[in-house]
Amino acid sequence: MRALLTSKWTKVAVFFVCLIPLCALVWRAFHNGLGANPVEFIQLTTGDWTLRFLVFTLSVTPLRKLLHLPDLIRFRRMLGLFAFSYLCIHFLTYLVLDQSFDFAAIWKDIAKRPFITVGFLGFLLLLPLAITSTAGWIRRLGGKRWQKLHRAIYFAAVCGVIHYYWKVKSDVRMPLFYGALVGILLLWRLGDWFFKRRSASGAKLSPQHAPANPAP
Amino acid sequence: MLVRKATDLTYADITPKQVYLNRRKFLQAMGIVSATAVAGRRLLELAAPSQTAFAATKFSDLAKSPFSTAEKPNSLQDVTHYNNFYEFGTDKSDPAKNSQKFDTSNWVVSVEGDVAKPRKFSMDEILKLAPLEERIYRHRCVEAWSIVVPWIGFSFSNLVKLVEPTPKAQFVAFQSYYDSKQMPQGRWAGIEFPYVEGLRMDEAMNPLTLLCVGMYGESLPNQDGAPVRMVIPWKYGFKSIKSLVKIKFQSKMPPTTWNLAASNEYGFYSNVNPNVDHPRWSQASERRLGEIFKRKTLMFNGYGEQVASLYNGMDLKKYY
Repeated sequence: MRALLTSKWTKVAVFFVCLIPLCALVWRAFHNGLGANPVEFIQLTTGDWTLRFLVFTLSVTPLRKLLHLPDLIRFRRMLGLFAFSYLCIHFLTYLVLDQSFDFAAIWKDIAKRPFITVGFLGFLLLLPLAITSTAGWIRRLGGKRWQKLHRAIYFAAVCGVIHYYWKVKSDVRMPLFYGALVGILLLWRLGDWFFKRRSASGAKLSPQHAPANPAP
Repeated sequence: MLVRKATDLTYADITPKQVYLNRRKFLQAMGIVSATAVAGRRLLELAAPSQTAFAATKFSDLAKSPFSTAEKPNSLQDVTHYNNFYEFGTDKSDPAKNSQKFDTSNWVVSVEGDVAKPRKFSMDEILKLAPLEERIYRHRCVEAWSIVVPWIGFSFSNLVKLVEPTPKAQFVAFQSYYDSKQMPQGRWAGIEFPYVEGLRMDEAMNPLTLLCVGMYGESLPNQDGAPVRMVIPWKYGFKSIKSLVKIKFQSKMPPTTWNLAASNEYGFYSNVNPNVDHPRWSQASERRLGEIFKRKTLMFNGYGEQVASLYNGMDLKKYY
């Protein structure tokens, strides 16, 4: 398992798998498969994949610990960057095809409509994370500060779910589904943090119970 | 060489029915991310397409209407595969899939309330009530997309005159068919069924208000509101109630489904109005299906000449 996870080729394979939704979209575009409202189809599909990749990214840490597979970390940055990439397509279709680069109208829309505001906020939160995703930036910021900054993904995911929930007219099943997934992943972190704090304070009293290899 | 003139073309010439049916099935079957179960079911459909689908009656000798727009109608494929008919599911592609077995035989429309002659109409009686016309209308959804549809029907006022409303009748209430067994997806729609709508009496009597029994030269496909629906072209699409079973004349303003679901977003009147935004999105522009960029939305969807006088002196920001 370890060999598989650390293999360079696994990473390459995951990269191409992550590209499948985009390829499917392009294939559909050239085969009359985007339906009666292609722009909306692209917007909904890329929005969905943004949320899915945010969920995948947030799943990495819990899965690493629950399955005792620390090497899963090798895929986290790529998953996060795919979430951001699908979000960029999503946002670009809004800028270009919905608003035709009319920045006055866009600004008004962002200020006036909560579902646009919260979606845009999610984009703003992810933007610095995408920029500082490189090893160089981790070094420059220092691991602790970098990690603190990258907790912004929690808020971005919540923004994404609210954006979706406020967008639908009445059938809230899918937004609630993503809300539940994000909720579980964030609650797990809260539980993990709480448990670690307790065991850390316990460790002071009996050092032999301290975790041998504290997780980052 | 034989060159066909454009006037020889009928809607059937746009895309042969089998071709787009097959293309649709083909695309569905090719869905890359479909779970095996879903893919399996769709492949079954591909092997044996439902015969009841598009079992349409053709109408001939349709009168042309002066109310028709000269704009190019959307393709039948678009109008039958991009639907809001929440009883059959909330995704735009759901109604085309889920309404194919909808049984519209022995359809009865009950007309009741403050009328001298309440009665029930069979579909045969409705079809013979007045000469059928083709009316090519713009249709603007509250979700900021629009289509152009060649509907078939006649002015709703023809039916009103027949049942003789009493002076007490100030409003008309409409009700859609609902059967949770035939429409199991309806329970997830997030709105109450049966779907209800309403018009003020003068709106109902306006000649634009259409009692609609068909489109594109044929009877209505199930997903577009078979067998009989209303079409009110200057109002948002959700006012044009589908699969109509009850018409009631009354003195009180009737409740309407979307208003019950979210009164701050959907008013009783719901006239197309680019100056009054939906709280969550702008109504200033719309995307015509088949176009990439949005176009400006017209006041009363461009039917101001016929209907603006109905709302003289009314604050349309308040009565949205």
